[in-house]
Amino acid sequence: MRRQEDPTLLRGTATFVADLTVPRMVEAVVVRSMYAHARIDAIDTMATSSLSGVVAVITAADLPEGVGPIPMRLSSSPELVQALQHPLARDRVRYVGEPIAVIVAQSRYLAEDAASTLRVDYSPLPAMASVDTAMASAPLFEGLTANHVYHRHHQKGLGSEAVAAAPRRLKMHFSIQRHTGMPLETRGLLAVPEAERLTVYGPTKVVFFNRRLLSDLLKVPLEHIHYVEVAVGGGFGIRGEFYPEDYLIPFLAQRLQTPVRWIEDRMEHFQAANHSREQHHEVEVGFDDMGHVMGLADHIWVDTGAYIRTHGVTVPELTQAMLPGPYDWAALDTELHVVLTNKTPTGTYRGPGRFEGTFVRERLMDSIAATLHLDPLVVRQRNLLQATQLPYSNGLKALGHEVELDSGNYPAALLRASNLMESETISQRKSEALHTGHLRGLGFAFVVEKSGLGPYEDARLVLQDDGTVACFTGLADLGQGTGTMLATVVSKELGVDRDRIHVIYGDTDRVAEGFGTFASRGTVVGGSAAYLASAELKRRIVAVLSDVIGNGAKMVMHPSGIKVSGRTRTVSYREVLHRAETQKVPLDVTQRFTATAMTYPYGVHACEVDVSPETGAVHIVRYGVVYDVGKAINLDMVRDQIMGGVAQGIGGAVLEQLVYDETGQLQTGTFMDYLIPGMCEVPDIEVVVTEDAPAPSNPMGVKGAGEGGAVGVAPALANAIADAISAPPEAFTTLPIRPQDILRWIRLGLEHRPRGDEAE
Amino acid sequence: MKPCAFQLYTPSTLEDALEALWELTEEGRSVKVLAGGQSLIPVLNMRLATPDVLIDLNELDSDLNFISPDTNHIKIGALTRHYQLETSPLISKNVPIITEAERLIGHVAIRSRGTLGGSLAHADPSAELPLVASLLNARMTLQSKHATRTIPAAEFFLAYLMTSMEPTEILTEITIPTLPGRSGQSIQEFALRHGDFAIAVAGAQVTMDEDGCISDARLTLGGVGGTPLDMSASLAPLVGSRPLPEDIERLMKEICQDLEPDGDIHADSAYRKDLAITLSTRALVDGLQKVKDS
Repeated sequence: MRRQEDPTLLRGTATFVADLTVPRMVEAVVVRSMYAHARIDAIDTMATSSLSGVVAVITAADLPEGVGPIPMRLSSSPELVQALQHPLARDRVRYVGEPIAVIVAQSRYLAEDAASTLRVDYSPLPAMASVDTAMASAPLFEGLTANHVYHRHHQKGLGSEAVAAAPRRLKMHFSIQRHTGMPLETRGLLAVPEAERLTVYGPTKVVFFNRRLLSDLLKVPLEHIHYVEVAVGGGFGIRGEFYPEDYLIPFLAQRLQTPVRWIEDRMEHFQAANHSREQHHEVEVGFDDMGHVMGLADHIWVDTGAYIRTHGVTVPELTQAMLPGPYDWAALDTELHVVLTNKTPTGTYRGPGRFEGTFVRERLMDSIAATLHLDPLVVRQRNLLQATQLPYSNGLKALGHEVELDSGNYPAALLRASNLMESETISQRKSEALHTGHLRGLGFAFVVEKSGLGPYEDARLVLQDDGTVACFTGLADLGQGTGTMLATVVSKELGVDRDRIHVIYGDTDRVAEGFGTFASRGTVVGGSAAYLASAELKRRIVAVLSDVIGNGAKMVMHPSGIKVSGRTRTVSYREVLHRAETQKVPLDVTQRFTATAMTYPYGVHACEVDVSPETGAVHIVRYGVVYDVGKAINLDMVRDQIMGGVAQGIGGAVLEQLVYDETGQLQTGTFMDYLIPGMCEVPDIEVVVTEDAPAPSNPMGVKGAGEGGAVGVAPALANAIADAISAPPEAFTTLPIRPQDILRWIRLGLEHRPRGDEAE
Repeated sequence: MKPCAFQLYTPSTLEDALEALWELTEEGRSVKVLAGGQSLIPVLNMRLATPDVLIDLNELDSDLNFISPDTNHIKIGALTRHYQLETSPLISKNVPIITEAERLIGHVAIRSRGTLGGSLAHADPSAELPLVASLLNARMTLQSKHATRTIPAAEFFLAYLMTSMEPTEILTEITIPTLPGRSGQSIQEFALRHGDFAIAVAGAQVTMDEDGCISDARLTLGGVGGTPLDMSASLAPLVGSRPLPEDIERLMKEICQDLEPDGDIHADSAYRKDLAITLSTRALVDGLQKVKDS
């Protein structure tokens, strides 16, 4: 099904924030720290301010007394408040890329020229570029006693005692590398002052929350701030959060009383936008000879970067809460350690916490299988929760909700994936591949996702006199196709052509409230609200036309008017609205859907690979995903979401890494070194969307589809590679998996084989 | 990511370009010559280079964009675009390794603008065309306002991103020997993504005598040193023989022993060395196969 959003995007006529220019507009450049950790002794702005074309130079000293810091939006915790970030560094910088000053000039060129003249006197301090260094160093902030800022312990059953008592145990260390979302369009803002109001173009994701935050920071009434979302080239969790620039640019526009635009460039993006994913897991799992798991213990170490940003400890908490996945663990013992370092602060990135935890858990399942010489699918089947065990909770909390797996048939999903990938005949394909000099392998990974975070979302539907329907929503659209999704829901319920539903979002003058688009919540929460509003609008139309429709007749909303079965006359929309007015039944309906719990989609990633025994190169022969979303509103869009997620997952599994040296300098700060997958690296992806397990907590039974594509790739690939080269259980615990690592394991394997069995 | 202010000079004849380059350099101004811009423009935008003047050669197609055959050679103008080399029947017939190499360079957009001369003058040791130029010992014609000289590739590439060009010189023409009779060429590379600079790359040319023995073999490696490394001298044991792939591999293991490539975040030194053995074996075996096939 085609998307309403696509014609403008594909024709290149969509308006992004960098496409906007207004009269008297000036451009801003953010001057950022070159040091990972340093005292700022002095900033001399004199020479810079006097350059021709420069409009303003501001440092922390020019900001209003007491402004900031930027608070947490999610997963707040009192001990974290000390580590929040101010819009501009005052006397200390804590990561490379931290904003120190903003220069406003007549053009971006002049602003960048001026930036190179700003004199900042630094006294460098020792940089903490790793968790280990940070644990052994003085705290980054006054008021903190250690860089270990957050700890959470969770135990179920006997915890680690159960692991210790198990007949077999595996101890493993996993590392997930720092990497993050790379939206095609970097961040950008245009702030335009008009009388006492300020219009800000460029916000997205959580438009209403950010507007409230800006109003607090600027100390102006909420209604004086007008946020407008324009086309957005991808978000993936990192785009649309409130960053220092989200205060600085509107502040400058207000102070200078002239429109100010800032467009983040790619080099800034690498240093300034949230990083994600960097975790180390020290795991021990206990199991029996049949592969039944008996307990899991994990110390989760999270390198959270130099400040706590808007996500608080969302990512670490989600890691811990979702780590158990689809299995029936009698005992769990997990400890979360969040540590500050001198690196870019972190936040969520598509599948936050689950990308990391799923890699650990699903690689572990294959390691158990390899230890016992069992089929990994068998080990999984023996441990999966059965459909009858759901709803099921491990007693863990995330985002304020207890994680209660609501509905699903996990064994059926695994079986379907196994059939899809023809796992019965893999040995035959392995010997065929060997003839062409390749090592064939097949790997699986089970994913359990969460979606539909509350608290609630409203939908307002207004019937127009031409029979079209305006649908107002508090969701945002970062490329997902929010408009198409809502129009589809409304169209199905009302029986109106989808093209006649106009979705209005992202403009705070036109929509009153909303919580935005993140955490795979759009369809579940916003879609459910639209569903309820559609039903209510339909009920009211029927009521208004009760004398025409009568008992049992059906109405159809044609473009020309409402047709009633058994009657020839069509009632015009003008007449419908007139009757509604007379009867005082407004055909302007707002309904709210409140999410009382999250809902949990699930599925299986599977891939078949060929590994070159000469170079360690991996070729993905087939990639399949079975994914259950309860109920799909638009099957194509669900598939596309999964595919996009898989592409990013491939990046995280084998290519992307934000590498820092020991002085805290980012080594992979351009697309020359930070490798994202291109068309040639992403295979055809076979997606099977299932609707086995509707969500019990919303009227359509929908579950979110946004993130499940990303989270299962790393373990599926790792398991397939391990299978191909018959790797030992301890192999492939570090991401990204590079050809050189694979070749090393191949060579190690050859060394351990009997003589005379030489390769090639 | 906006470049510093620079003066842009767009000459319409090679003579004007050489004149400007000479005069400006004499005045002590820093000058960069712009061809396809596939490396220079990003470097300017990142302010890693801040020249006073940019001399844009893109109006000089009539002087510098050509592919013309000569006896035993092909002369190629420095401004010839990658896609022109990629699609030229003259090239695929006479220097087939260039056609193969072009398919490994970047993506369509890059090949549409990027030039042969630009790639050689940039002298990235992992790039394909410097490797091919070294393998075939292409001759580079360097022109300044007052002189023209022609030097072999071996004297052109000095070190990582460094050539023996004078600041007043422009690389105008490359002369490449055509494929001798009973010969095969091959380029084999390994990159983490399609179109990336190679982690390691090997180019080979093998010639057989009438009896099917190797009479001449050449091999150059990229990505394992500061310049393309000419390994041809070490191939003497192959001459006069009919080696099997395992013989070639054994020799490659021997001659790559002393390589000491620098490691980086994408590939460590040992892995690059490993690839050098694999890729050079593949290139020689493939080159031989092509002779047999023809």
